[in-house]
Amino acid sequence: MSEKEHAQEGHEGGVRFGMVIDLDKCTGCGACNVACQAENNISFRPDESNKLRSINWMQLFPLNNGENYPDYRQASLPRPCMHCDSPHHAPCTFVCPVNATTRDENNGIVTHIYPRCIGCRYCIVACPYHARSFNWWDPKWPGPMETMLSPEVSTRMRGVVEKCTLCSQRLLKARSKAYADGTDPDKATYTTACTDACPAKAIVFGNLRDPHSEVAKLSKDPNAFRLLEKLHTDPKVYYISTREWIKKLSDNAISQKS
Amino acid sequence: MDRALIPEGLKRCPLPLFGLWVLILLGVIGWGVLAGGVVLLKAMNVTGLNDYFGFGAYITADLAIIALGAGAFFSGFLYYGLSRFFPAFKELGKVINLAVVVGFVCYTGALAVLLLEIGQPLRGWFGYWHANVHSMLTEVIFCISCYAIVLIIEYVPIILENRKLSEDKSLRVFGHSLHDVMAIFALTGTFLSFFHQGSLGGVAGVLFARPYVYRAGLFIWPWTFFLFIISAIASGPAFTALICRAIEKVSRKKLVDRSVYELIGKVEAVLLCIYMVLKIADTAYWAFVQSPRFGLTLGDFYWGPYGIWLLIAEIGVCGVLPALILISPAGRKSNFLLFGAFLLDIIGVSINRFAMTIPAIAAPVMPFDKWHVYIPTVYEVAPVLAMLAYCILIISLSYRYLPLFPREKELNRA
Repeated sequence: MSEKEHAQEGHEGGVRFGMVIDLDKCTGCGACNVACQAENNISFRPDESNKLRSINWMQLFPLNNGENYPDYRQASLPRPCMHCDSPHHAPCTFVCPVNATTRDENNGIVTHIYPRCIGCRYCIVACPYHARSFNWWDPKWPGPMETMLSPEVSTRMRGVVEKCTLCSQRLLKARSKAYADGTDPDKATYTTACTDACPAKAIVFGNLRDPHSEVAKLSKDPNAFRLLEKLHTDPKVYYISTREWIKKLSDNAISQKS
Repeated sequence: MDRALIPEGLKRCPLPLFGLWVLILLGVIGWGVLAGGVVLLKAMNVTGLNDYFGFGAYITADLAIIALGAGAFFSGFLYYGLSRFFPAFKELGKVINLAVVVGFVCYTGALAVLLLEIGQPLRGWFGYWHANVHSMLTEVIFCISCYAIVLIIEYVPIILENRKLSEDKSLRVFGHSLHDVMAIFALTGTFLSFFHQGSLGGVAGVLFARPYVYRAGLFIWPWTFFLFIISAIASGPAFTALICRAIEKVSRKKLVDRSVYELIGKVEAVLLCIYMVLKIADTAYWAFVQSPRFGLTLGDFYWGPYGIWLLIAEIGVCGVLPALILISPAGRKSNFLLFGAFLLDIIGVSINRFAMTIPAIAAPVMPFDKWHVYIPTVYEVAPVLAMLAYCILIISLSYRYLPLFPREKELNRA
């Protein structure tokens, strides 16, 4: 596999949904995580202490600058799926043997077909961001909670992989509304549950290809960066921070030099 | 009691003793089947796998057993394909039946463990129905299942040579007919095996977001594709030779001429040396050229139980050392050194398969991520041990009831 192949530029198409997360605004409250759990019928166990078995589409990573008091600084980094835009394939869509996970080239969302997934977990191994979770158990909600499940999102069975879908059910709803209203469905916009829930307004979501959108402008901010740029995964989630120590943690090439 | 089933003119241990041996093996197999049943019923939470370790003991064991089972296709290729050009390879005819049985048990055992590995086993056939032509795992699914069928076809004529079965004329004629066309199956198996051994290497090498295993390569094939093929053929025949030697020790009989071991030693010597040169070159490029481009150093890939000892063991102790032993005629002359080198050879390839699976995904990629350690549970260990017990059982039954070794009678004339 040529190293150059994954460093190529550009896709055609006018829509690429993405996110910018301002780490200087993020307080690490976890509202994004909770909203995501509720919106997407994410299952949970009575004992959630094993975080390596816990399903979190939006996961908060604690960061610190490695210094001692009084120079110790910390931050939180919310990590949804990056919906990598690398040419031809994302790291995960490239390896799925059954095409259960593919990237929708109309909007850039990396989707997952639960009834097709055979649970081989190759996509989990391929993802450097640990954005994917496996259903190690059959989901089981306490009785009354089942009535709270959203009918717009299918629940997942044991033995399949799941991950952040950028709330694609909301995109479908927006497109249906646009179609009903007689406007162009391809120009339909929406917001994700985590974006709506964030009390600090740290998350901005939209079409990265729309030059008038706030997310497109923020993605070009001088303080904007992406995780693991050197791997050429081309993630569609950008982070903003004025703090140099946080930027240095975004990629090994930068953190090694420091 | 079962003398009528034992090949004519050959002696085997008393049936009660063999029965006890089989009982022990069945006990291990039963333990593994029970554990596997729990995995299928209760789901994969009973294993030590998690969202960091998507692959673990099952995959490592499968990769290793498939690499070591390569003796079947490669010996077949040398014997059926090349012996007309290089008559020296005709010696392999004395051990080719065993090689086929070893290949058969390795691949069928691996397929059984794969049933537990995927979260939705009933959907395993989706690899054929919804095949992703870009995925290395698709090629693995296709080629391993096709090659398992080839191995079954190669094993059938050996079974039909059983003394009792060959009394039936139609079975005897069918078995002989299969023998006559065995070259076609052997060469088909060579083609399939070449690709799936390679695509198993490709499974790791194409992960462009995992610097530990990612490799550039030739066209669509990362360098690990070729390294896995070469390491498989550099260790598979050695594994077959070790099994043959083990049967000789247990049965206290001579089964093949020493010239067969000598030939396997020479073949493995050349292949292991080639593999070591390429592996060292690949490792050097990965450590000092590719990884710095990703902002990583060699030290970033080794930690705790997944330390630098892995590299030293794989390439030094179990790579260069057996290569040097086997390439020297004095080394091949000594049984201790020859079989010791074979053992180091197969251990080295097994370490390679382990290193490309577990430490590869234990190594954090995001700078703020952490190393984790994978510990398999009994529900992973038991099925793997059961697979090995199954392999030993089939080999034991084949040795007892089938004429595996054409030279056995002559070599043990009292």
